[in-house]
Amino acid sequence: MRAYIAAALLWLASGVSAAPQAQTGSGSNDARDPPGYPPVVAGRALQFPADHGAHPDYRTEWWYVTGWVTDEDGVERGFQVTFFRVRTRIGEDSPSRFAPRQLILAHAAVADPAEGRLLHAERGERALDPLAGAATGHTRAWIGNWALEWSQDHYRAIVDADDFAYDLRFDPAGPPLSNGQDGFSQKAPDPQHASYYYSRPQLGVSGSLRVRDKTHRVTGRAWLDHEWSSAYLPEKARGWDWIGINLSDGGALMAFRMRTATGEATWTAGTLRRGDGAPRALAPAQVAFIPGRRWRSPRTGTEYPVEWQLDIDGRRLALQPLMDDQELDSRGTTGAVYWEGAVRLVEDGREIGRGYLEMTGYGERLKM
Amino acid sequence: MNAGLRHVFLASLARRRLATALSLLAIALGVALGLAVQLIHGAALDEFGRGMRLVAGEADLQVMGPRTGFDDALYVVLAQRPEVADASPILEVEASLPQRDDILRVFGVDALRVRRVQPALMPVPEGEAGGEFGIFAADAVFLSPAAQAALALGEDTDVGTGGTLAVLAGPREEHLRILGSVPGAGRGQRLAVMDIAAAQQLFDQVGRITRIDLRLAQGVDRDAAIERLRPLLPAGVELLAPEAAASQVAGLSRAYRVNLTMLAAIALLTGGFLVFSTQLLSVVRRRQELAFLRALGLDRRTLLRGLLAEGAVLGLVGGLVGVALGYVLSGLAFSIVGADLGAGYFEGVEPGLRFEPLATAAYLVLGVAAGVGGAWLPAREASRVAPARALRAGDDVEVWRARPRWSAALASLGLALLLCLLPPLGGVPVFGYAAIALILVGSVLVLPAVVRLAMRCVGGVGSVGGGRSVLLRLAHARLAAAPGQVLVAGAGVVASVALAAAMAIMVSSFRTSVDDWLSDVLPADLYLRASSSGTSAFLTPEVIAGVAATPGVSSVQPVRYDTLRLDEAQFPVTLIARPVAEGAAVPLVEGDAESVRGADGLPPAWVSEAMADLFRVAVGDTLSLPLGGAPHRFRVAGVWRDYARQHGAVLVELADYRALTNDSRSNNVAIRVAPGVQAEAVAAALQAQFDGRNFELAAPGDIRSKTLAVFDRTFLVTYLMEAVAILIGLFGVSTSFAALATARRKEFGMLRHLGLTRRDIGRLLALEGALGAAVGVAVGLAAGGAVALVLVEVVNRQSFHWSMDIRVPLAALAAFAVALVLLAAVAARLSGYQAMRQAAVLAVREDF
Repeated sequence: MRAYIAAALLWLASGVSAAPQAQTGSGSNDARDPPGYPPVVAGRALQFPADHGAHPDYRTEWWYVTGWVTDEDGVERGFQVTFFRVRTRIGEDSPSRFAPRQLILAHAAVADPAEGRLLHAERGERALDPLAGAATGHTRAWIGNWALEWSQDHYRAIVDADDFAYDLRFDPAGPPLSNGQDGFSQKAPDPQHASYYYSRPQLGVSGSLRVRDKTHRVTGRAWLDHEWSSAYLPEKARGWDWIGINLSDGGALMAFRMRTATGEATWTAGTLRRGDGAPRALAPAQVAFIPGRRWRSPRTGTEYPVEWQLDIDGRRLALQPLMDDQELDSRGTTGAVYWEGAVRLVEDGREIGRGYLEMTGYGERLKM
Repeated sequence: MNAGLRHVFLASLARRRLATALSLLAIALGVALGLAVQLIHGAALDEFGRGMRLVAGEADLQVMGPRTGFDDALYVVLAQRPEVADASPILEVEASLPQRDDILRVFGVDALRVRRVQPALMPVPEGEAGGEFGIFAADAVFLSPAAQAALALGEDTDVGTGGTLAVLAGPREEHLRILGSVPGAGRGQRLAVMDIAAAQQLFDQVGRITRIDLRLAQGVDRDAAIERLRPLLPAGVELLAPEAAASQVAGLSRAYRVNLTMLAAIALLTGGFLVFSTQLLSVVRRRQELAFLRALGLDRRTLLRGLLAEGAVLGLVGGLVGVALGYVLSGLAFSIVGADLGAGYFEGVEPGLRFEPLATAAYLVLGVAAGVGGAWLPAREASRVAPARALRAGDDVEVWRARPRWSAALASLGLALLLCLLPPLGGVPVFGYAAIALILVGSVLVLPAVVRLAMRCVGGVGSVGGGRSVLLRLAHARLAAAPGQVLVAGAGVVASVALAAAMAIMVSSFRTSVDDWLSDVLPADLYLRASSSGTSAFLTPEVIAGVAATPGVSSVQPVRYDTLRLDEAQFPVTLIARPVAEGAAVPLVEGDAESVRGADGLPPAWVSEAMADLFRVAVGDTLSLPLGGAPHRFRVAGVWRDYARQHGAVLVELADYRALTNDSRSNNVAIRVAPGVQAEAVAAALQAQFDGRNFELAAPGDIRSKTLAVFDRTFLVTYLMEAVAILIGLFGVSTSFAALATARRKEFGMLRHLGLTRRDIGRLLALEGALGAAVGVAVGLAAGGAVALVLVEVVNRQSFHWSMDIRVPLAALAAFAVALVLLAAVAARLSGYQAMRQAAVLAVREDF
């Protein structure tokens, strides 16, 4: 669910006005099949470990880690890191080492209730070994000293920004969780808008986290998404709402909703795994997002539904944020404004899971 | 000063309107020229420095190499170093544009990195023509506002967004899409930005970059970083602070700027002389009036102050007019000749005129100083004289009894000689200029003695003549008795004639030397160039082979240019690789062109005079040149004369260059035509063979005339300043004779009574003017010869590091001298006209 951000980051990197694309809310992915990129088709089963690595032929790809951590004093914080890969189809036969065939973009944030708002930073580079790149065959994406990589039996994420930094280890509790039909995740009634998509829920987190000048030992639970596609977003979509929740019983819940400018859902879907059970793909009819309490950003004036009611497979669940202000305001750089933060999943007043909620397209039309 | 005194002193200025106006004009011109030079170069340097800073952005250090760049693997190495927070690679190409003479600086950048290090170079797409990856597109280019404006002047270039721009890349012409602008570059910088990979491929520079700008990690000291990073750099690549690059350029043009400023200062000095002569005359004429004031109780100090105030007012008003004129001149210069006054130091910048309070105030003060300085001696003289004596009629002759000051004159000339032996200070020949000033002072000091000597000669001639020579005898008697009169009229003439003669000799020597030098360096029959300028165009070996195979061509000598960084403190030197052994000419001043390797096996290199001076190398020394990223030792086989590159140049054998660098490209090729074949026929054949390629074919005659045109343009400003100095000198003659004539009304009346006609008196005045001017011109010419020697041997040698053969333009100088004497005669005659109109009786009556 990160294409929008990828687009924004790309514009950030280039200093380009992203207004034309952003206004349609379709990010960098146009509805029409972009020429020269392989299509995403149903029936191609995910192959591990090869599919953990990059798929440089496809247009857009990302590895997205979100999670909750608790430090030695019991303080709870959220964190997020994303590495994007974008194929430009420029200079593919250029002999120059600078040929901008692949762009690598990264974005990281920390949600600390003591700060009252998100700390975030971003980077962008053309892939140029060994300065930046995304490896095939295994998970490894990096820009300078920022990296997300798999080694032996765990992932490791290293982020070092001015206001915050972290070096975290993620140990998976089980095999990857394929979303949609064996990893083919449809985004609209028209199946050409789709991605290959799997998640790694219930990652055990350990490591260090620095907020400003203080470094903490932290542990917690995280969630990794890996998704790649060529034509991702339907034309009419203005934004979406997405959750990835690690359930307390060891299960996992992923759900998303594509929204039009008027707020109607054009597509919903999800994946649910209870405890140690088998995962189930949720059909559009089994997933409904109902906005609840709204919070208005004092910076941008944008209103976000920071609490939600979720109807998932006949159950009525609720989302509550770690803190209201998890708006990501990058008007100074990209102009992209969205909400992305740590949330609790509640059923009958009892917390049944923790994870991340992402809401895009709520602001005014972006004028960057 | 009270109102009455103000009336006494300042009103005197208003009474002698012509003299006042000419003094004002002289000071105004001096101030205007000086200020204009200052403004123009200040603005150009500022804009140039701004360009440097702009390109450097927030970089702490810059890695710079030769013009053809260095291996881009260095970027990957440096970007990973812990000392480096951000590294931004740049491939800078001076792109030649088809059918245009100017170049466009094209920066190949990594847009994702340039944003963090040099934000001003950030390309910004306009419109949607480029799509979302427009800034990376291989055929996309982004133009700074100044580049858009400059290129729009071309007829068929559509510089709007979505238009195309044609550039020369090697032998090809490539069309780039203009997808947006570089708004951060500001108004004065003419540049283009494109993706670094695209630029590498377009200009056949894959694997090469010309610069890396570094931002250091927090807490890393710049010197420490230099120390740790320097060992990683290949030979010929330097790690520089961004200020260093700007100061290298400023240093390069400093000598030229000082040169022009000195010329302006001499114009101002001449203005001061003029104030001196008019004030002296005015004081003489008012001798009785001033003595009367003293007798009435005016004290000496007030008198001195009053007379100085006259000079100060002249200086202030002249200065104000000069300031206004200076700004007008600068504005005109910017729009007509360009910011470097045609000398070619500041390519690619378009500075604007700005108000400079400091420079303006400084020149205003200089104007006042010239006025006060000029008024000082006459004022002192007037205040010292005893009122009782001055009240007596006919006392003014006392003033004109100038004594020769041999010791002072010899001392200043001797000191001038000593100063010529001293080295320059900071690249500026300070002592050479001081010597010139001393020569001028000395020549004014010897003037009384020369006048005496001349009068003795004239006396001899006069006594032989008889009859009509009564006028000559009268003139002789007058000048011999009052040499001070010649001194006053002549001082301004001496200074301006000396300056004009010196410049004439210097420029003539320079031009003749350049002309000879051009014959030496252009021995072939035809020259084929990849393009008139820039680095983006070159000739491939195939093209050279094609030229050699053209019927009628007997031999070809390709030339390759590059720049080498030998020293971080110096501007890079030019490397020239030519087949010397095959007879490529070297205009040697020392050593020989034998290109055999010595016993030590080192290949030969020939350095230009500038390089020999700047890097202190001599024939026989070993010289280490960074070629192909590694240092190589050469033996200095000779020193040659090079008027083209003031920062230094080194010539090596083309074969040696190619063996060391594997670079087989050339920038141009000298073509010799077989005996009996017309060069035009070969030129036509070559034209046909390379039709449609942007090669330029030139005969040596064209190159020579173009070069000399550039030379003349460079000296245009010099000529202008010279003309102004002479004009001011003539003002001096005219005003002093006008004042003298007024003062001598009674003498003329007496002569009329003795039977001289009005015409005779006119002739007498003309004769006196001619004699006075002749002495001034003679001394001026002698001083000018000395100043020219200093200019050629000291000032030019130290400023620009080139030698030249002295050529005295005898005919021109003689014509100039005669014209000046005649003009002085006419000026004296005209200025005396007023005095002669008075009736003889009235004039004589004044005495009683």
